[in-house]
Amino acid sequence: MNILVCISNVPDTTTKVKFTENNTRLDTTGIQWVINPWDELSLTRALELKDDASTGVKQVSVAHVGPASSEPTIRKALAIGADNAFRVNIEPVDAYQVAAALAEVVKAGQFEVILCGIESSDYNGSNVGSMLAEFLDYPSVSAISNLKIEGGQAVITREIDGGKEVVAVPAPFVGIVQKGIAKEPRIAAMRGIMMARTKPITLVDAPAAEGLSNLITFEPPQPRAACKFIDPENAGQLIELLQNEAKVI
Amino acid sequence: MSVLIYAENWDGKFKKLTYELASYGAKVAEMLGTSLVAVSIGNVEENELKKLGIYGVEKVISANHDLLKHLDSKAYTSLITQVAQKEGARVIVVASNNAGKSIAPRLSVKLKAALGSGVNKLPISINPFVVSKRVFSGNAFAQLSLNTDVKIITLMQNSFDLAEKPVEPVIEHFAADLDASFVKTAVKEVQKHEGQILLTDAEIVISGGRGMKSADNWQPILELAGLLNAATACSRPVSDEGWRPHEEHTGQTGKIIAPNLYFAIGISGATQHLAGVSSSKYIVAINPDKSAPIFEAAQYGIVGDAMKVLPKLVDAVKEIKNR
Repeated sequence: MNILVCISNVPDTTTKVKFTENNTRLDTTGIQWVINPWDELSLTRALELKDDASTGVKQVSVAHVGPASSEPTIRKALAIGADNAFRVNIEPVDAYQVAAALAEVVKAGQFEVILCGIESSDYNGSNVGSMLAEFLDYPSVSAISNLKIEGGQAVITREIDGGKEVVAVPAPFVGIVQKGIAKEPRIAAMRGIMMARTKPITLVDAPAAEGLSNLITFEPPQPRAACKFIDPENAGQLIELLQNEAKVI
Repeated sequence: MSVLIYAENWDGKFKKLTYELASYGAKVAEMLGTSLVAVSIGNVEENELKKLGIYGVEKVISANHDLLKHLDSKAYTSLITQVAQKEGARVIVVASNNAGKSIAPRLSVKLKAALGSGVNKLPISINPFVVSKRVFSGNAFAQLSLNTDVKIITLMQNSFDLAEKPVEPVIEHFAADLDASFVKTAVKEVQKHEGQILLTDAEIVISGGRGMKSADNWQPILELAGLLNAATACSRPVSDEGWRPHEEHTGQTGKIIAPNLYFAIGISGATQHLAGVSSSKYIVAINPDKSAPIFEAAQYGIVGDAMKVLPKLVDAVKEIKNR
């Protein structure tokens, strides 16, 4: 069984985002680029499954859609422990293009489990995983907080509104992963960093699918009114204000 | 031509979220000069289906099929596609929740329809079709142009006010074209959080952070939540420490919520936490450190020790309840 983890290259989550060119582009000055947090958790879980011989997971690969400038992030995934990587050399305009490109990687390989993070921390789309599944005509399970492989079959816990469900799904499938799947993201050790230098990144030259949407402009959120402070000795006054001024209780 | 909403139900009942979608769909239909249709999947009784008419749904298509008993994203996508094509849907609106997020992207590929996800208000323009969506975890919004004939929108919860527009809806039963080979997922077990107010549904959320110091100190938070009919939440360090279950973690990598009122108690307000709660209508911060960034996001603040402040709040709420 082989697992493919799809990774996105995003600004570090502590970045104070700024825009340039009349608010039409992200200002990338000084940005640290990282593996999207949920993709990193997916990769960690994939490697945990590979470490457990009973699962029969033999290989963990990563795939990324983007230009050569994202290779440091791909190398990081290899340093954490992925066996090899694929990069589709396009600059995508939307999730539809990303998913179409990833579908080409999947079709060219032999993967039973494809994992994607539930969203990327930059465009917050939650789109790529389910789009990829539809391109491939694979089943997909979303909001996964636990993934086990038992007797060659995936047993998944997914979050639903108001609870959890345990779901069985035959391979091949796309799993869309949220928090809980792995406790802490795995960190690259020095040995891993050395080994990553020689692991292969296969360049995939897929023709870009047509994009269906495009970003026009960015805008900062509406500024909030200044905080009104209430004397801690008279904290009950807060409840009065919430009832009579904000009218929310 | 029509605007189509997916009217999700929970055990046969619609929720406020469903009516938010209907209210939003009715406005979009008005902008396009067309009518609003809803598709309901599963066993929902006629009098419940009719409630959608209060918010402007002119036709309700009800699909009840053995293969649609649990959410199988592929089967649901196929069904909604069949309905969308039959009704000539120009815009399809689904909720930006677990179910909606697993269906909308599949619909986008199936119908080759542009998708705007996490939309927080009405389209800015119709031609070109431009929507506003949340990006960078709430640190910005983006205007996105959807460039195909059919468009799909996932709408953020609690971002659109209910608007009544009563009509008597036509109820139509729809025989879905599905066979068992289509449904690959099987649900083995369901664990429901009974009797709790869901974090994603709650209008008021009381959230505790590392400043609460220990799992043993949660009692006043639970008491306040009980009195205010609120859900409880926590910051990431709290769920990482195991003081509270990880389902309660709100923040960038946890749940993204937008209640009317959010209490951040003993939470400093790191960027990653604010990413999950910044769409709340009002934020109350209680923290001993006046320079904590949470006070920049809050409208009401108390600089003080939560363990001293909370009992006072509990008493004050009891007082207004007794009035």
